[in-house]
Amino acid sequence: MSMNNQGRPTSAGETGTAAAHPTFTGNKALQIEEALIFEIGRPEVSGVDIPAPKKVKSRLGKLARDEAIGLPGLTEPEVMRHYVRLSQKNYGIDTGLFPLGSCTMKHNARLNEKMARLPGFGDVHPLQPASTVQGALKLIDTLAHYLKELTGMPAVAMSPKAGAHGELCGMMAIKAALEAKGEGHRKIVLVPESAHGTNPATAALIGFDVKSVPAQADGTVHVSDVKAALGPDVAAIMLTNPNTCGIFEKEIVEIAAAIHEAGAYFYCDGANFNAIVGKARPGDLGVDAMHINLHKTFSTPHGGGGPGSGPVVLSERLAAFVPYPFIRVGKGYALVEEGGKLDKGEQPFGRMSAFHGQMGMFVRALAYMLSHGADGMRLASEDAVLNANYIRASLADLMSLPFGNQPCMHEALFDDDWLKNTGVSTLDFAKAMIDEGYHPMTMYFPLVVHGAMLIEPTESESKASLDLFIAALRDLAMAAKRGDVDRFKGAPYHAPRRRLDETRAARTPILRWTKPAPYKEAAE
Amino acid sequence: MRYLPLTPQDRTDMLAKIGVAAVDDLFANVPKSKLLKGPVNLPHAKGELEVERILGAMAAENISASEVPFFVGAGAYKHHVPASVDHLIQRSEFLTSYTPYQPEIAQGTLQYLFEFQTQVALLTGMEVANASMYDGSTGAAEAVLMAHRVTKRRKAILAGNLHPHYRDTIETLSRMASDELVSLTPNPNDAGADLKAVAAAIDAETSCIVIQTPDVFGNLHDLTTIAKKAQDAGALLIAVCTEVVSLGAVTPPGAMGADIVVAEGQSIGVGLSFGGPYVGLFATKQKYVRQMPGRLCGETVDAEGRRGFVLTLSTREQHIRREKATSNICTNSGLMCLAFTIHMSLLGESGLRRLAAVNHANACDLADRLADLDDVEVLNKSFFNEFAIRVPGDAAKVVEKMAKNGVLAGVPAARLWPKDKALKDVILVANTEINTDDDRAAFVAALGASI
Repeated sequence: MSMNNQGRPTSAGETGTAAAHPTFTGNKALQIEEALIFEIGRPEVSGVDIPAPKKVKSRLGKLARDEAIGLPGLTEPEVMRHYVRLSQKNYGIDTGLFPLGSCTMKHNARLNEKMARLPGFGDVHPLQPASTVQGALKLIDTLAHYLKELTGMPAVAMSPKAGAHGELCGMMAIKAALEAKGEGHRKIVLVPESAHGTNPATAALIGFDVKSVPAQADGTVHVSDVKAALGPDVAAIMLTNPNTCGIFEKEIVEIAAAIHEAGAYFYCDGANFNAIVGKARPGDLGVDAMHINLHKTFSTPHGGGGPGSGPVVLSERLAAFVPYPFIRVGKGYALVEEGGKLDKGEQPFGRMSAFHGQMGMFVRALAYMLSHGADGMRLASEDAVLNANYIRASLADLMSLPFGNQPCMHEALFDDDWLKNTGVSTLDFAKAMIDEGYHPMTMYFPLVVHGAMLIEPTESESKASLDLFIAALRDLAMAAKRGDVDRFKGAPYHAPRRRLDETRAARTPILRWTKPAPYKEAAE
Repeated sequence: MRYLPLTPQDRTDMLAKIGVAAVDDLFANVPKSKLLKGPVNLPHAKGELEVERILGAMAAENISASEVPFFVGAGAYKHHVPASVDHLIQRSEFLTSYTPYQPEIAQGTLQYLFEFQTQVALLTGMEVANASMYDGSTGAAEAVLMAHRVTKRRKAILAGNLHPHYRDTIETLSRMASDELVSLTPNPNDAGADLKAVAAAIDAETSCIVIQTPDVFGNLHDLTTIAKKAQDAGALLIAVCTEVVSLGAVTPPGAMGADIVVAEGQSIGVGLSFGGPYVGLFATKQKYVRQMPGRLCGETVDAEGRRGFVLTLSTREQHIRREKATSNICTNSGLMCLAFTIHMSLLGESGLRRLAAVNHANACDLADRLADLDDVEVLNKSFFNEFAIRVPGDAAKVVEKMAKNGVLAGVPAARLWPKDKALKDVILVANTEINTDDDRAAFVAALGASI
C-alpha cells in the first residue's frame, strides 16, 4: 500500500508539460511500450501444460520434424500482459465514436458474443451427421428467412465469407445464368467510378471486362448514362445503393428496368444496406443480387479486419444458381451438398469455400435481428440516417459538401474544397482528429470526390456524443482556417505512435521478425 | 430499444436542426411507391432473456463435440483452447476495431499481425506469410491464381487426395475464370500413387500442382521429389495442410521445396463453430511477395524513429489497383489471426511439439486398438492424427448408427465423394488431445456394435 508520509491528500504538484519530462523507458504511464513475442518468449517455455504422450510406435515415417522451429513460448501471465498492452494501443468502437464511412462501425452487443459461444453453435463440427446438428441448420435457415424478408428477395446464398466474397458469389451466379441461357459472350460489367475497389477487382477476377459509368453532378448515376453504356455484350451492372457518396440512387428503378430490358443483370453492392433496412427492399427496386455484410449492417464485430460474412440474396432470375451447400426443409433440415438430389430447376454453380459459411457470424447476426425486431431494425436505419444528417447540417457552414446541402443517407460526404489554401490536407485533418480522441472518418474515398471525408456515425451514437464530436470537428476546422497548421502537419502528437513511414515499409519490406545477428558476427 | 440511444425528444430536436419535418423527408430519393409504410413482416424487438431462450433452444438441438467421444476431422479439428485466448480476443480494443488503416491508433492489431506472419512463416518453413485469408480452401484457390500470375500459365493440377471441398472451391473459381484444371482421382489405399499421378500429369502448360499433406485420408507425403519435378517444368508446388498441429511433428512443406503453403489455421485457437469463421494461413517465398494476395503487415519507424507497424505493399490490392488487383480480398480473418497467434504464443515450440506428439500418440493408439477388430482395416501406412478405415458395408450408415450410440465417429467418405462407389465403405477418423482412453474404448465398442 502506498500513501504519502503525512497521510494527507496530495496536491496537484508542480506544473510543467509532458514533453519537458520524457521518461527513461519510453513508457507513458498507462501507455507501455511492448516488445515482440520473439523478444519476450523462449523456446523451452510454454503456457500450456500437456500430459506426456503415450509410448507408441511412430507412424510419421521419415517425416518427423527434427530441426528447431524457432517459435517462442510465453507463460500465461506473460501472454496476458503482452496482449492487454497491445490492445491498449488500439482504437475500437467501445473506445469512442468511429465514423468510418462505408464500414458501419455500430455497437457490437455482447449478448451476440455469448450466443455464438453456446456449445451447440460454437462447438459443433461442420461434418457431423445432419441428425446431430438440426438446431444449427435451423439457425441458418431462420437467418436466411430474415435476410429474404428484409430484402424482398426469394433466395439467399449463405456461404460467402465476407463482402468481397459475396460479390464474387453474386457475379458467379450471374455468369452461370448467362451461360445457361447461351449468352456467355456478354463480357462487360458496368461499374460506376464511385464504386468500392472490390467491385472491379471481383468482375476482373472471373474474366469480365470493366467499363466505367460516370456519376453526375448530383452524385448519382443517371439512367441515361447507363442506357448509353448498355449493349448486347453487357453482362451486368455493379451499383452500390445507397451509393458511396451517401446518396440513394434516385433513378434506381429506371436503371434496373433498363438493365433488364437489355438482357443484363443488376448486382447491388449492399455495403450501405444499413441506411435502408426496413425502409426499402432491394427486391422491390429491381436488384438481382446483393451481398449483405453481416459485419456492417448486422453488427458482427469487425475484429480488426475480419472475420466478415457476406450472404448474397438473389432474385427469381438467379435463385436457381445458389451454390453448394444449401439447406432444404422437409422432414427436418437437410443440407444439400455436391452429389445430393436436386429439385427441378436447381443448378448450383459450384462451391465458394469449404463447409457452410461463417456460422459464428450467423448466430451473432440473428441475435441482433431478434433483439431489434422488425420495428427496431427500421428505427435503427432511421436513426443512422438522422445522425448522419445531423452531422451534415451541423458542419455544412464550415466544411464543403461536394453535391450541395441535400439530405444524405447514413453517411455524410465532405470534400477538401474548404481546406484550399490552408496548407492542411484531408490526411492532416484526419490525423488531428486522432489527437482529439476520435477515429478518423474514411478519407480519400470515394475517388470521385477530391480529398473525400466520408463520415458514418451509425445509429449507436447518442445526441450528446454527436454534439461533442461536432464541436471537436468545428474547433479543428476553425483552427485549420486560421492557419494553425502545426496542429495538423505533425499530428497525431498524442497517439501511441506518431505518423509512420509507409514509404520505407514498402521500399524495403520487413514482413517478419528475424533473429538479430549475434554480437560477435555483427561486429565482424 | 436497448441499443438505440436517441430519445424521441432528441429526434425532434435533430430534425429541427436539419430543417426537415419528418425522418421520411430524409428518404426523399427513395421512390414513394417503394418506401415501406411500416415494419416488415418479422417479429418485433425482444429483451436479452427472450433472445437467449430462442437461441438456447436451437443450440440445445445439436450434439456438441465436448458432449460425446468425438473423432470428426476432415479439415476441421476439435482441440482444447486455453481460457486466456477467448478472454483476450474479446478485449474491446481488439474485438471492435477495424482493419488498421490508421496505424497510429492500431499498433495493437498491426503488431500481432506482424507476430502472426512470423509464426506462420516459421511453422510452414517459408520465408514470408500474409496477414491471413478467409480460410484454407479460399486460400488454396487464391494460391492457384497467384501461381498463374507468377508462371503466366493457366493450368493447375490437383492431387486426388486433396480435400474435396478445396477441390470444388478451386474448380469453381477456375471454371469461372476460364482456366484449365486437372483434377485427379483419390487414392485412399496407396498414397504414393497419388504423387505419381500428379507427376505424370505435369506438362509445359502447368502453372502449379496442388498437394495436401497430411492428405485428406491422413497420409503424410514427402514432397521433395515432386517439388523438384514441378520446378524443373516451370511450375509451382502449392502445399496444402488442413491440420496445422501436424507441423509440430512433421517436416514442413517449406523444407520440402514448396513454393506456396496454404493451411487451415483453425486447429490453433479457433473453435469448430460449424465451419466458420476460420483462418487461412498463406506463406510463400520472398521473391513472390509482390504477387501475393491479401493484406501484409510490415515493420517501419514513426516520425520519432520508434519501431512501428503498417499495412504495406498495398499497391497489390483492390482499393488501389481496382480491376488490376492481385485479389479482391478486403476483410480477412483478423480476430481469428489473433486467436491463432495467442494460442501459438502460449504453446511455444515446446508446447506445440508436445501437443503434436500427444495427437499422434492418441491416433496411433486408436489405430492399434482397431487392429483387434477383424472386419476393420486401417488404410494408412503413415499418418499424423487422422487416418482412414474401411468397414464392412455402408460407412455413412455405420457413422449414423454410432452417433445413435453416443459416439461421433468421423466423416464417412461418401459425405465428401458422394459418387465414388469405391469409397462407400471408408470413414475418416481423427484423434486429438481431447480424446481419452475411455473415448477410444467407446469408439471401438460402438464400431464393433455397428458393423
